[in-house]
Amino acid sequence: MANKILVFVEQRNNEIKKTSLEAVKAGADFANQLGADVEAVVIGGEISDFNSIAAYGVPKVTHIKNSDLNVYTTSGYTQVLTDYVNESGADVVFFANTAMAKDLAPHVAVKLDAGVAMDCVGLSVDNGELVATRPVYAGKALIDIKIKGEKQIYTIRPNTFTLGEASDATAEVNVKEVGDVDLSVKVTELKQSSGKLDVAEASIIVSGGRGMGGPENYAMLEELADLLGGAVGASRAAVDAGWRPHSDQVGQTGKTVSPNLYIACGISGAIQHLAGMRTSKYIVAINKDPEAPIFQVADYGITGDLFEVVPALIEEVKKIKNA
Amino acid sequence: MKIAVCVSHVPDTAAKINVGEDGKSIDTNGVSFIINPYDEFAVEEALKTKEAQGGEVVVISLGGDEVKETIRKALAMGADSGVLLKYQGELDSLSVAKALADEIKAQGAELVFFGKQSIDFDNGVVGQMVAEILGYNSVSVVVDFKLDGNNITAEREIEGGREVVSTTLPAVITAQKGLNEPRYASLKGIMQAKRKTIEEKDAAIGEVKTELLAMKKPAPKAPGKILGSDASAVPELVRLLKEEAKVL
Repeated sequence: MANKILVFVEQRNNEIKKTSLEAVKAGADFANQLGADVEAVVIGGEISDFNSIAAYGVPKVTHIKNSDLNVYTTSGYTQVLTDYVNESGADVVFFANTAMAKDLAPHVAVKLDAGVAMDCVGLSVDNGELVATRPVYAGKALIDIKIKGEKQIYTIRPNTFTLGEASDATAEVNVKEVGDVDLSVKVTELKQSSGKLDVAEASIIVSGGRGMGGPENYAMLEELADLLGGAVGASRAAVDAGWRPHSDQVGQTGKTVSPNLYIACGISGAIQHLAGMRTSKYIVAINKDPEAPIFQVADYGITGDLFEVVPALIEEVKKIKNA
Repeated sequence: MKIAVCVSHVPDTAAKINVGEDGKSIDTNGVSFIINPYDEFAVEEALKTKEAQGGEVVVISLGGDEVKETIRKALAMGADSGVLLKYQGELDSLSVAKALADEIKAQGAELVFFGKQSIDFDNGVVGQMVAEILGYNSVSVVVDFKLDGNNITAEREIEGGREVVSTTLPAVITAQKGLNEPRYASLKGIMQAKRKTIEEKDAAIGEVKTELLAMKKPAPKAPGKILGSDASAVPELVRLLKEEAKVL
């Protein structure tokens, strides 16, 4: 039985993450189904407008502040989030499954003696209890699990819940200043790689494999991804060849993703790759080889030369974007 | 310094996964098992640290007898000894973390390496949980690691960049691809591994907090549409993405 769902809303560089708003939406919906209360918590940062959280169904927001919390710290965030879960009386905590949540949630779970379900791709209610669906073996299989015990932690994969329409609700914000922050694990520097969108968070991914022929040819994928507001991904073959960084790799030993649209260019579709992207809502495959396994999971396929098809696609997308 | 590396025994990435008759676990028939790929980076970093600073590397794993094969793999790479925490039955991340934490404490290891996640259940949380249970500092998803005396400087991967993290021993580090290039076991290493001890003891498994209701294969996708074999198919593709899929 859930009494109260607390949604952890992540800020980086004073901005609320869109993926956290998906967790907010899920928190509001499931609180409603379970007859539970719901509230949100934001840690650190200088944020003046919390209405986006209210707009997706959670008006009650607590902002925990201390200048040592503006940048993520494992030890500090574990301490203040655990304290707030206890203070608020929440028994269920939702996170978006981000790099921060993947680090933070297990620490908080130990402190709360809570069971965890990470990277959920579905949630439902059965007999008044939450059931989480999550991928295992990189998505080659799915499991349904229930968390037993009083406290429960769920992290939700980006793009699992669609945001839908924002309401014009206003947030009721409670600012909570906290004292000494545990900085035994401290971030001293952020190295941003050109501020580009990460494949794990993107709602559109344009991905290239061995068929791209070399690193220089990714420029056209970058152009297409930019036009679509998406990110560029890569197959393991392209990463192992040194054409793209490992952080772009989609698949079993890279990132498992569920964007709205996945465009696979020159990717044959090894089992490890398919496992990591087959939950994408729509898949487009562009590959010369009509026998390539990628076509088995594609919604739309073009069995042609990507060096002709991709430039044509860029031109066609420009037309509709300019229309 | 005593360094521990926790490893897991997982299906090969190339393995096809089918659900077993119980509907709750995989059918292991014909599936070959390997050391978890991320754990190879963990073993390598432990060995590099030992080579630079001296000490001893103990490999710890949990499961049945079959897991010894994976422990031997780490011993063949150069780890000094192994411990198998024997357990067959239901488990989850937190219960495993408690058993591992218990053993790490008994070993007196001050520096612990894990792979950032096991590619079977993919929760990616056991290392951080062990750290929290032991009161150790932790840095996860690490792509660069430096130890200077008691001070650790590590870089961890986040969306679109890296965080440089500063902390101290005792600590748990979870390894991401890119941290190093794992060495191959030499023939000599493989021979020596056969003579190294793997201590076996019962795992002090913690309370299991999750109940696995069912395992299933993802629903097969309906056959897609092949729109053509050259660039002339592109306008139709864009029309479908816009009007049918509504993703543009």
